Amino acid sequence: MAVTGARGVTNEMLSAQPRKDVIRNTIFASLLFLAIALALAGLCVLIGKNLVEGWSRLNLDLITQNNSSNPAEAGLRNAIIGTIWIMAFVILMLVPLGVGAAVFLEEYGSRTSRITRLIEINIQNLAGVPSIIYGLLGLAFIARAPLSLGYTVLAAAMTLTLLVLPVVIIASREAIRAVPTSIREGSLALGATKWQTIRRQVLPAAIPGIATGVILAISRAIGETAPLIPLGAATFLTFTPSPTTDSFTAMPVTIFSWVKQPQPEFQTLAAAGVLLLIALLVVMNSFAIWLRNRYEQSW
Amino acid sequence: MDDPVTQEERRTEERAAGGAGDGATAHASIEVRPGFQHAAPSASNEKVFELHDISVFYAGVPAVRDITMDVFRHHVTALIGPSGCGKSTLIRCLNRMNDLIPTARVEGELLYHGEDLYGPRVDPIQVRKLIGMVFQKPNPFPKSIYDNVAFGPRVLGMKDDMDDIVEGALHSAALWDEVKDRLGSNAYGMSGGQQQRLCIARCIAVQPDVILMDEPCSALDPISTGKIEDLMAQLKQEFSIVIVTHNMQQAARVSDRTAFLMVELDADERHRWGRIVEYDETEKIFTNPSNPRTEDYVTGKVG
Repeated sequence: MAVTGARGVTNEMLSAQPRKDVIRNTIFASLLFLAIALALAGLCVLIGKNLVEGWSRLNLDLITQNNSSNPAEAGLRNAIIGTIWIMAFVILMLVPLGVGAAVFLEEYGSRTSRITRLIEINIQNLAGVPSIIYGLLGLAFIARAPLSLGYTVLAAAMTLTLLVLPVVIIASREAIRAVPTSIREGSLALGATKWQTIRRQVLPAAIPGIATGVILAISRAIGETAPLIPLGAATFLTFTPSPTTDSFTAMPVTIFSWVKQPQPEFQTLAAAGVLLLIALLVVMNSFAIWLRNRYEQSW
Repeated sequence: MDDPVTQEERRTEERAAGGAGDGATAHASIEVRPGFQHAAPSASNEKVFELHDISVFYAGVPAVRDITMDVFRHHVTALIGPSGCGKSTLIRCLNRMNDLIPTARVEGELLYHGEDLYGPRVDPIQVRKLIGMVFQKPNPFPKSIYDNVAFGPRVLGMKDDMDDIVEGALHSAALWDEVKDRLGSNAYGMSGGQQQRLCIARCIAVQPDVILMDEPCSALDPISTGKIEDLMAQLKQEFSIVIVTHNMQQAARVSDRTAFLMVELDADERHRWGRIVEYDETEKIFTNPSNPRTEDYVTGKVG
């Protein structure tokens, strides 16, 4: 009798949950799925539409021809070269500045001091400033006096560096923070100096995280159009410019200029350009993800 | 503006900066002591550390108080006691690892071979070259086995042949035979016990004078623990060892002298800190302690 009683209780505990709970679970799961489906649908529509529109111009001419007023001859060659130049300068400035700032904040800045906290809050705010504001800043301080670099690749690179610097600083700080204290202690206990510890233990261990942050930052910078427009990126450049003196163009800016043209052929061209840019971003982001997974350190 | 924390930090920074400036002098003055390294391994009466009324505070709150003890050369000196009695705090004073905690403050006199370890001219970095440390959790660097051992000698600019240093240190840590064929593989692939012996090898490679071990076996199985205990018996021929342990049998097996620390509460029970109850030869501590509280602890009546 007692045994059947106990078995009864167990059966009751194991039996199906109330119908109301099941429905609630299903509704909630569906909502979550909808959220992700909507996000992906946006991307799919974008890629699909551009594929349909731009497929006919997605060929080698797109990257071997300079821009031209004749849509049949126009290509992205000088825009791609402009983008490569800008990104080269961006990387050159972004990595030392971003990693340096992160090392200072994590290893040297005191966690409790007001100045460090002020810097921290400002970096987070900077990450949210609209990119056009950086364009205006670049125009006012970099292209014109005091830096007076003119409307050049260097000015554009400096502006984009400022734009994505917060991303790199935040990612690098997280990577540095993820290196366990025990590694630092082990190194210091051997008589290594603080700098030797950072240089030879902390930074090497943080490189995968830092590299991921840098790549994500660059893939953001590569697609930015708004900050380059106030800097006078030539929307219509038919020759390959010199990086430091001449005016410049970049892929998103040229695509933007094509979209504005009345001829339907330019729309096709723009769609092909968009596909190329998306492909580039996907490759860079995939590399970042691969890097993160490949070198992920479990402590 | 001048809250106590920032003041404390500044003091620590100044101390570190001041030390770095004349580190060479401090190093020299410590190192020129005659017969300092590789002397005849005898259980001498030579004192490595002399602690007089050492108290350590974290943000003004005491962690250990009024510690007075002498640590002898070529001895294994064990610190035992219940959790929270400040054993780790105390051992971290001996190579100035507490300097890394901005709010930590050490009071009292700590002599190392007669030299004030917290003197104004002493550089903590030079101190840590001479007084190595093995931590509770094995903390190998995320590098190859070889690079783990070579790291110390490299940053200290040791000029001897690196292969010899690495092989010697791995031999001394009883690890050579197990790893000689895979020196290039990542240290994270080793077992916990091997990792801890690697940390000991890493420490030996810079030829310290003292090795501090903060519960080196607490994360290890009995077999690995046994290997490390055997190792300690050999290493004390060459180095002086201070070990913190939770394990009383371990203290009884490996150490020459044992300090028993106990937690003490202040009158209104708001603060607690560690204090030495008894410090004597290990045999006496475990067979015939003078203090009844020591006896209760080592016989398992409390703790």
